[in-house]
Amino acid sequence: MREETLQPVSSDVDIVSARQKGRELAAKAGFSEGDQTVIAAAISEIARNILMYAKRGEVSVTLANSEDRIGVIVVARDQGPGISDVARALQDGYSTSGGLGLGLPGARRLMDEFEIHSAPGQGTTVTMKKWRRSA
Amino acid sequence: MEVPILKQGHFLIASIQSALTDADLSQLREALVLRVGKLRARGVIVDVTALDVMDSFAVRTLRDIAHMTRLRGAETVIVGIQPEVAFAMVQLGLTLKGVATALDLEEGLAFLDRFTKERFERA
Ligand SMILES: Nc1ncnc2c1ncn2[C@@H]1O[C@H](COP(=O)(O)OP(=O)(O)OP(=O)(O)O)[C@@H](O)[C@H]1O
Ligand SMILES: [Mg+2]
Repeated sequence: MREETLQPVSSDVDIVSARQKGRELAAKAGFSEGDQTVIAAAISEIARNILMYAKRGEVSVTLANSEDRIGVIVVARDQGPGISDVARALQDGYSTSGGLGLGLPGARRLMDEFEIHSAPGQGTTVTMKKWRRSA
Repeated sequence: MEVPILKQGHFLIASIQSALTDADLSQLREALVLRVGKLRARGVIVDVTALDVMDSFAVRTLRDIAHMTRLRGAETVIVGIQPEVAFAMVQLGLTLKGVATALDLEEGLAFLDRFTKERFERA
């Protein structure tokens, strides 16, 4: 089973759609309500970053079902300005927009796996995974 | 989607009915700050039971609502944060420091009753 949904992000309505799609897929995969909310919250932060810093991009949510586990994989991509100091952007409280600086580090805490590829002029790709407990 | 705001006695009650966009949340903030003055409200309840997620933007806006309405003389209490939502908020590192919260609408009203009684009857 491999299911994927793609949500373009170019307005605040798309942030809501992206996190709802993530929640739906997580529900389908049998994640608990708590984990559905966790996944939705992480998507909300990452999708908002796309809108805020890159203006547009996309969030894909994929159901991953291997022999031994089920998970949700979220990939958020944009062709925006990129991040010059990724390590710093992952620290609590670091924000270039006067925000709380909790989006990236918070999403990382919420998910089981978190990877970010970004460089100035290269755009940003965030990949996050959450595995279902006790299959 | 606009959030309906009801007046009950000295209090305003905003019950969020569904997931809100950032624009909806900002609109709620402006509406509450204006209406506290117009209707001379002493307390505000924001019922977030129906919110699917509280992310950094939602928390920041709720904090702004509480602080702005307080500057206008009204106390705000946030009610109905669901257990899963609370869990995700804490993991994200989000707090509602300095903002009153209560379990549900009933508890929120009880809180505002006590709070405003103290403030307005002592004077
Ligand atoms: N997609 C992106 N493109 C470019 N820069 C980004 C992107 N996502 C994050 N950043 C940079 O990383 C910083 C940290 O992001 P993070 O989401 O943690 O905090 P924030 O957006 O500033 O505030 P918050 O999310 O708490 O409201 C941002 O201020 C921004 O400089
Ligand atoms: Mg952010």
